[in-house]
Amino acid sequence: MSTDPNIPQGGNMTDQTVRSPQTVARTPRTRAEGEEAYLEVTDLHVQFPTADGKVNAVQGLSYALPLRRTLAIVGESGSGKSVSSMAILGLHDRKSTWISGSIKVGGKEVVGMSEKDLMDYRGADAAMIFQDPQSSLHPFFTIGDQIMESYRAHHNVSKRVAKARAIDMLGRVGIPNPARRVDQYPHEFSGGMRQRAMIAMALVNDPKLLIADEPTTALDVTVQAQILDLIADLQRDFGSAVVFITHDLGVVAEIADDILVMYGGNAVEHGPVDKILGTPLMPYTWGLLESIPAVSGTPGPLHPIPGSPPSLLAMPSGCAFHPRCEFKDRVAGDLCRTLKPELIPRTADQGRSSRCHLKEPDRVFETEVLPRLP
Amino acid sequence: MTAATNPATSGVKSVPGAPLLELEDVKMHFRTKGDGLLARGTKWVQAVDGVSLTVQPGETVGLVGESGCGKSTTARLITRLLEPTAGKIKYQGVDIAHMSERQLRPYRREIQLIFQDPYSSLNPRHTVGTIVGTALRTHGMVAKGGELKRVQELLEVVGLNPEHYNRYPHEFSGGQRQRIGIARALAARPKIIVADEPVSALDVSIQAQVMNLLENLRKELGIAFVFIAHDLGVVRHFCDRVAVMYLGRMVEEGPRNDLYEQPQHPYTQALLSAVPDIAVVRGVPPKTRIRLVGDVPSPVDPPSGCRFRTRCWKAQDICATQDPALEVKPTGTTTVACHFAEPPVESIVAEVV
Repeated sequence: MSTDPNIPQGGNMTDQTVRSPQTVARTPRTRAEGEEAYLEVTDLHVQFPTADGKVNAVQGLSYALPLRRTLAIVGESGSGKSVSSMAILGLHDRKSTWISGSIKVGGKEVVGMSEKDLMDYRGADAAMIFQDPQSSLHPFFTIGDQIMESYRAHHNVSKRVAKARAIDMLGRVGIPNPARRVDQYPHEFSGGMRQRAMIAMALVNDPKLLIADEPTTALDVTVQAQILDLIADLQRDFGSAVVFITHDLGVVAEIADDILVMYGGNAVEHGPVDKILGTPLMPYTWGLLESIPAVSGTPGPLHPIPGSPPSLLAMPSGCAFHPRCEFKDRVAGDLCRTLKPELIPRTADQGRSSRCHLKEPDRVFETEVLPRLP
Repeated sequence: MTAATNPATSGVKSVPGAPLLELEDVKMHFRTKGDGLLARGTKWVQAVDGVSLTVQPGETVGLVGESGCGKSTTARLITRLLEPTAGKIKYQGVDIAHMSERQLRPYRREIQLIFQDPYSSLNPRHTVGTIVGTALRTHGMVAKGGELKRVQELLEVVGLNPEHYNRYPHEFSGGQRQRIGIARALAARPKIIVADEPVSALDVSIQAQVMNLLENLRKELGIAFVFIAHDLGVVRHFCDRVAVMYLGRMVEEGPRNDLYEQPQHPYTQALLSAVPDIAVVRGVPPKTRIRLVGDVPSPVDPPSGCRFRTRCWKAQDICATQDPALEVKPTGTTTVACHFAEPPVESIVAEVV
């Protein structure tokens, strides 16, 4: 594997006459359309029985994701975005979790898979990057040991070969001097470096599905930019499908092809990013957009969503969002309070769907919401 | 809010005409043990190394920068939770940098702090009434018997149900807890609030609620803010002026719009270019991202001269030998510490691409 020229290599700024920054153009992503789904989630339910009652963390989630595409799942705490993604890797404790529905990854059914099959599946077919690289790396083992362990779990190779692979992977994720770094401990790495090492570990077995759970939330913006570039570069090289969990719509706008907005354990809006963030059709997505102060343009007032996200123990009747929705009175017959809307594909707009009773949401957005966006 | 008891202003001196808060070349160096078995050579972490800042009454000043740049240490210096190793911290013209705890008492009332984490900054064993009431009692803000009434007033001001004064912090959501922290800060009727990442632990919709609350308080009560955040959108929304820090130093400072639209320091330009902007989906052409090479150097042994030079594409020999002064340049309206300060030049950037 050769070193990718897109990965920043340290110390190449020796030419003192260069007075221009090293820059990265952000071109619109080319979309791979019409491919067969690699990840297929169908009617996924995740429940946790607790002393206070049953927590319905995910309530019938369905989506599909082909290779070479990035799906961003956004939502607030308790929306079910992390819980549903952990189910894809079979990370929930069997005894305390009740999962139904189907999760197919590359044709394999993950729901109900035996622990032994899960061991073979995790890492090889699908891998995960977590938010906090500090707590997901073992402090007592070197970075190299941890990557080698992950590699040797799926490949019957000698330590020498595994170490060469670990050094190669560290180089690919842009860690300078990987041959020396491979023998260092996590505490000797900076936050951004640790996240790079985590990514190297996740990708060491060439998984075709990468799940990134808030991978840049704990990082500074300049480091975040590096990691986002890195994930995009690696996705192009490895041809993998990426599920990117985040609450930052700016990040979504830059890296994702598709977006899935979750609220209270349900998908409320799903479709291509430019459509969903350009003309969202669901009042919750409107509320999110109205809550984010922009870094460009004229600063305007924020219009936050009133109230707070619902408790999963006491979900509101009808539409889960109705207690916070300012448009519920526009819907005749008290429907929002009594009937849970379905996630309906938009016939006029290919490939997107939303869950809302409101009539002509595109017109409401254009005339009422768009003018007051910050 | 009704004007209850007049705050005890006794003890706070002021120099007429002086700004509300003025930091003059403030330094905070922490001592660490040296490396190795024998712990030879004490080292000094230069967390804050020469920061100057002025805040006028009612003004909001944003402090931005990446982790380790010294912005939180600056917050702790302003509130005098730390004693600086050098420099002056003037409150209304009076230097409070080395005051004793006893002398500081009245000043502590006027300079309040809001913390980042609403989960760990409230005592879980105290009711909200006790938490806010303690602040009132400590600073002698209410007459005997008037405490509960004032607590309920304060809860109402921050948008909480006044009847909930006897509840415990765990009964509130994250956003509500942050409101309790704000009520506690307001209890002392401060003139300035230092808010250290007050919204970064909150969900997006809740974050906007708390920001609107802070903005209303600022407008209605005329409280000045030093607002620390790493989210450049949040800072832009809230602040009149913004200061950018890098490795313990201030590299650029200026009015909000000038700094965001015509940043002159290479680091400010890189920082702003790295922020993902949601406007791209609405047809705004994507910014060209400046890629910074390497990591922030260690504050134990910072680079000579300009501290940003090791990652700067403009760096020349002069940057290693001469420390650039923070000054107004003919090229722009912000004060900037760089030998080669200039507003961003789009044509150069375009050539590289």
